[in-house]
This record gives sequence, structure tokens and C-alpha cells, in this order.
Amino acid sequence: MIPAPLRYQRVSSVDEALALAAEHGEDAKFLAGGHSLLPLMKLRLAQPEVLIDLGPLRELSYIQDAGRHIAIGALTRHYDLEHSALLARAVPLLAHAAGQVGDPQIRHRGTLGGSLAHGDPASDLPAVVLALDATLVARGPSGEREIAATDFFHGLFETALEPDELLVEVRVPTPAAAGWSFQKFTKRAIDWAIVGVAVQGGAVALVNMASTPVRAVAVERALAGGASPRDAAAQAARGTSPVEDINATPAYREHLARVLTGRALEEAAGRAGLRTPHV
Amino acid sequence: MTVNGADVAADVEDRTLLVHFLREVAGLTATNVGCDTTSCGACTVLLDGESVKSCTVLAAQADGHDVVTAEGLAGPDGELHPVQRAFRAEHGLQCGFCTPGMVLAAVSLLRENPQPTEEQVRTGLEGNLCRCTGYHNIVRAVLTAAKDMAAEPAEVAR
Repeated sequence: MIPAPLRYQRVSSVDEALALAAEHGEDAKFLAGGHSLLPLMKLRLAQPEVLIDLGPLRELSYIQDAGRHIAIGALTRHYDLEHSALLARAVPLLAHAAGQVGDPQIRHRGTLGGSLAHGDPASDLPAVVLALDATLVARGPSGEREIAATDFFHGLFETALEPDELLVEVRVPTPAAAGWSFQKFTKRAIDWAIVGVAVQGGAVALVNMASTPVRAVAVERALAGGASPRDAAAQAARGTSPVEDINATPAYREHLARVLTGRALEEAAGRAGLRTPHV
Repeated sequence: MTVNGADVAADVEDRTLLVHFLREVAGLTATNVGCDTTSCGACTVLLDGESVKSCTVLAAQADGHDVVTAEGLAGPDGELHPVQRAFRAEHGLQCGFCTPGMVLAAVSLLRENPQPTEEQVRTGLEGNLCRCTGYHNIVRAVLTAAKDMAAEPAEVAR
């Protein structure tokens, strides 16, 4: 399988990338690591006429302590997130979850920004940034704007980004709330999660339980009201709309969401140093 | 791009995948096309020293970069790379289709983690499938290679 004919444009600056995006509009797609986009193009589920390769923009690959948040360049690879000492210390949820994405080869190519901008609810890191209450920074023709992660994901493969905007940075507030966990259920290591859950403090986000990554609001409310992990986790499927596909029925996904959320809350409570209530 | 240390240049269609460039333009057919969906790892090559699946990289993305295929692992006199040697010694293959990708994934793994535990080898090779299910000997081969490379540190550079 090869992609449909396309015009490949390699850029050497963000401005050049934005100019090309403005010129070609909906006909163009940015190419980061390509590990979400190229497989779709090979299946002809995506057929951009112009591919704007961001590969040379090394200036968008960084992980920095900015005081009240950790600033992460959009082109930082999963491999770099996984092995960052700064992240391991400040935001271990993100470092750990990045190490669970796909397999080593995929983590050598895939990027944080690419995964978020792709907007696939079955991907791991969109739910993680949602649980982290991250802020996403987009640059367009009229400058930069900040988008809360909770406002970023609009639908299946749809985000708040305009066609002429590039996601350039992800800001994760610090210090992160105590206690974290990332759980996902897959058939093979390299598969997308059938269901996943990310927990940071009292924030809980679900992978693959709707057309976007979603916060498990009912679970969060129950936790805030003092519910045990088990009682809170029982609310995990409330308000979700999981799909039926070759892997699972909606009812099975709802069951998984409750089970995985329970495990995640127990693990997070353990890491936070709280005594896990006997349930 | 550089392939196995030699400059390779060609004009190809923009949509050409790296694996097709390597097989059809550079004439290096050790790199297999397996699933063609970023799953099986048969097309694994080293890109700037790191394992990648060449069915999911455009040839144009590798322009200006360094690619190593299974053909490029052996030394100048044909002596096998320690990982290749260990795959032979431990019988780390059955039909052999997954082997080039498996070997390159192992080389990348051992560069990042020269002394992996058995579990780290198993998770480190998650991106490579062996349809003969010959995983036990493959894992044994990688552990043997790690031991051999620690004993002959000069080999690690390759």
C-alpha cells in the first residue's frame, strides 16, 4: 500500500510551515512523526495533496521547566518524553504513558504534538493531557493562542486547530496533584487501547470511550465527595458513548472503563501515599 | 541519504515509502515488507541509529539521514555483528522472515539498554512479530548478544 500522489514539502522554519498551510488550506496536512497520518494515507482514509514535513524543526523538540509549568515542544518524541529525567520527576504520568504508546519503533518517530493534533480518541496521550489539565499553544498567521486541553478535542479526528494553525507547545501545570496512574487494555502491545484511563490527583480521563478523549466527570465528582476508589470507579461509564468495533461492544467497554478506573484510582492513591480504603 | 555508509541518491515520487526505496531503488532486499501497517516490524531499519518501521517513513523524510539495513550490520570482512552471531548460535529464527527486522530492533534495543533483563528484551521487541512464534530463542539470542558485546566492547560501536 502506498499513499495517493502527494506533494512533499520539507520546511526549515515554523513561519515557512505556516505560510504553506495558509496557501494550501484544507488540501495540506502537517507531517510530524507520521505514525498516525501515514497509516491513514496508505489506507486512503486521508489524502492530503500537500504534506508539510516538520521533521527538520528541531527547535520544537524540548522539555523545559518554566516555573509554574513544564513546557514541552510539540515535536518532542514519545521516546524523549519516556526518558526525560525532568518529566519523570515533575510529571511522571506523562513520562510513563509515553512509554506505553505503541512500541519502541513508534516511540522513536511519534511526537506529542502529532498525537494531540491528530485527535484520535483511541490514542493514549490525548487523555493524558486532559487529565493533566494541560494548555496547548497554537501558532497561526496572527500569532499564538492558548487552548485548554478540555476545549481542544472536538470530535473524531477533529480539534480546535484551524487549518492554518500549528500546535507548537504543550504546557503542563506544576506541581502536579499527588497520585497518578495510567492503565490501558490492549490485545497486543502495539494495538490502540480498547479502553484506557489516566489519573492525576482527582482528575480522571478516559481513552476510547467517546468520539473524543473525555474526563470521567461522575468519577471526579464522587471522589471530591469522599467516595472510595471502588465506589467512584463504578461511575466511570456514566456520560460516555463508546463505539462498537471488532474489538469490543459498548457494554464491554463500559465494563473495562469501570475496572481500569478502579485499578487506576487504587494505584494513584497508593502513589499519593494515602491509605487505600478497604473496600 | 546514507545507506549502510554509502551515499544513495535518486529521484523518486514524493509518496515513495522508505522500505520501497531501500528494496527497489537501493536494491537492498533484506528489509521485508510484512504487514505494511506499522504492526509487524519486519521492515525495521535503523534511522540515525534508532529502530523505525520503514513502511511508515517516506523516503523523502530520510533524505539527509543515515539508514542501516541488515546488509549493513556485518563488518568489512564479512564477520557477523554480535547480534547476528547470537541469532545463529541460539537458533533465534525459524522461517527467517522476521529476522532482519528482529535483529535491527535488537541492535537498537542494546544501544539504548546494553544489559537488559529478559523482561526488558521481551518488551523491547514488542514491535516485532514472529509468526513462527519463535520468541524464546530470539530473546535468548538478544541476551547472549548483550553478554558478548559486554565482553568485546569494540563491537558496540557498530
